[in-house]
Amino acid sequence: MSILIDKNTRVLTQGITGKTGMFHTKMSQAYANGPNCYVAGVNPKKPGESFEGIPIFATVKEAREKTGANASVIYVPPPFAAAAIDEAVEAGIELVICITEGIPVRDMIRTRYKMQGSKTILVGPNCPGVITPDELKIGIMPGHIHKKGRIGVVSRSGTLTYEAVGQLMELGLGQSSCVGIGGDPVNGLKHIDVMKMFNDDPATEAVIMVGEIGGSDEEECARWIKANMKKPVVGFIAGVTAPPGKRMGHAGAIISGGKGTAQEKLAVMESCGIKVTMNPAEMGRTLKSVLK
Amino acid sequence: MKIHEYQGKELFRKYGVATPRGVACFSVDEAVEAARNLGGGVWVVKAQIHAGGRGKGGGVKVAKSLDEVRAKATEILGMQLVTHQTGPEGQKVRRLLVEEGADIKKELYIGMVVDRGTQRVCLMASSEGGMDIEEVAEHTPEKIHKVFVDPGKGLTDAEATDVAKKIGVPEAALAQAKDLLKSLYKCFDETDASLAEINPLIYTGDNKVIALDAKFNFDDSALFRHPEIVAMRDLDEEDPAEVEASKFDLNYVQLEGNIGCLVNGAGLAMATMDIIKVYGGAPANFLDVGGGATTEKVTEAFKIMLKNPELQAILVNIFGGIMKCDVIATACVDAARQVQLKVPLIVRLEGTNVDLGKKILADSGLPIISANNMADAAQKVVAAAKGAN
Repeated sequence: MSILIDKNTRVLTQGITGKTGMFHTKMSQAYANGPNCYVAGVNPKKPGESFEGIPIFATVKEAREKTGANASVIYVPPPFAAAAIDEAVEAGIELVICITEGIPVRDMIRTRYKMQGSKTILVGPNCPGVITPDELKIGIMPGHIHKKGRIGVVSRSGTLTYEAVGQLMELGLGQSSCVGIGGDPVNGLKHIDVMKMFNDDPATEAVIMVGEIGGSDEEECARWIKANMKKPVVGFIAGVTAPPGKRMGHAGAIISGGKGTAQEKLAVMESCGIKVTMNPAEMGRTLKSVLK
Repeated sequence: MKIHEYQGKELFRKYGVATPRGVACFSVDEAVEAARNLGGGVWVVKAQIHAGGRGKGGGVKVAKSLDEVRAKATEILGMQLVTHQTGPEGQKVRRLLVEEGADIKKELYIGMVVDRGTQRVCLMASSEGGMDIEEVAEHTPEKIHKVFVDPGKGLTDAEATDVAKKIGVPEAALAQAKDLLKSLYKCFDETDASLAEINPLIYTGDNKVIALDAKFNFDDSALFRHPEIVAMRDLDEEDPAEVEASKFDLNYVQLEGNIGCLVNGAGLAMATMDIIKVYGGAPANFLDVGGGATTEKVTEAFKIMLKNPELQAILVNIFGGIMKCDVIATACVDAARQVQLKVPLIVRLEGTNVDLGKKILADSGLPIISANNMADAAQKVVAAAKGAN
């Protein structure tokens, strides 16, 4: 078991013919069950062509109908990426993972508005994607640093997730699934949504939650954990040293109006029973300390 | 991206949001001339800097004669204006806005931001105008009224009128206030703003509603479709190191410590700053080199960090996933040679081809200190920075 994706997921790539799309499709296809799972690509100008043996279709709808794809990964450039999400949603794709960084917030507000009532799950944008180790990787994370196991990882950041995974691996702890929810202010799945999935996943024994400054998603997740979570959760929040009012790389990583500080998030998480660390080098050991 | 008040008011006029008549000025003579052309007997001379809190800092003055306009303009233009948002060093005033005086009967507050929770634009309004709205929110939150705007419908007549009533706009000015709020939403939406604030919005003795201030932030990700907004950028208001970094597609934020950081990924970059603090040091900057750290990018990053006179050591922290450690190591060695690095350089590499990367560092003949993990790297760089003092 795992969450969101496994070896039975069938993936189509939107933006498969761009530089980033080609590179990461090839890497993802080469990982574990990738050869079976990557079934289609979409480019309205290149239907009938193929990439690494993956057939290219003009629309998501056609790609889904012809191949049975139920997940989409998006590498489309920022000005067109929100429309690409819309297309996947309209075509009835169950899971859309948008890697693209730099989508205008207004576009995402409209896309999320249109998604109201839809069954599609959106991960991202501006995220590394999702991996279920030794089964399937959808996104830009390095596959080889992971191995199958029982720890769930959810994070707003890419490389900091790899850091957490690296620390788990040093302690011999594999992962059930790792989900990058992305660094944008308006996005799809939030910490709380992924936490609920890990709670319901029999293969997940404990969870590392990696957050950062900005917004209040971590606090909402922490309150849910206090009331509902059956498994241990540990946490780290990046940005204790970040100055207010400055955007720290990610569009959503900003302390505004005194809100969204790391200290505030850590305090709420701790009060909700989450074991937190202030030291990002201790994420792995902190997790190990809560295992039974 | 931020713009000046006078530029925000130009946008307001374009969208039909009422503002006082005013002229942007770059010299004292221009300010006097502007006042003469505006006519009347009362003017306001306002410092134009991006930071808020200008009034309290002495950057906004009322003048009741042309001589007074000259005196106030002379006083403000060129001053180092210190506000709670500028930091102790303040910001030099290079531009003025000279406006006709307004007959203020009551000051109100209007703000618009993107609300992450509801994923909608939030209109905030309060009867407590002219004050620090964060304090109002903390002490009397019941005085702040919010509307989460439906992106499909926009701000409706009913919502706009209701909010205007709640903040005490008099009956005679309600229709105008409703239109103003709707225009503000249209402006916010069409320009891809991330924040718009009118503090204060006033109504006058003759029941007119006027925006006395205009503050805007825009979504950097949407600037590609707004050349008219980009044209308003004022580089004098931005940190020179951050401007320089942006030319090379580096995400850089200057901080107050003495340990430079170069990291791939925003989250890991913040975590690197944090761990430096855990081990008793202080980061000099946030720097995310992004996914493709070439020799050119690393060299430019080193140059930008080295311009900081406080800098005592540099920590490079890379988790090479797709990006290979040997490529980064080569970039670091080349960059260190090019800039003739004089401060200690600590490099922590992890991920793909890490052994090859470490070998390249060791074989370079440069005094690069290699670290095995994040904690080791942070301890080494903190020690190095202290040793250099």
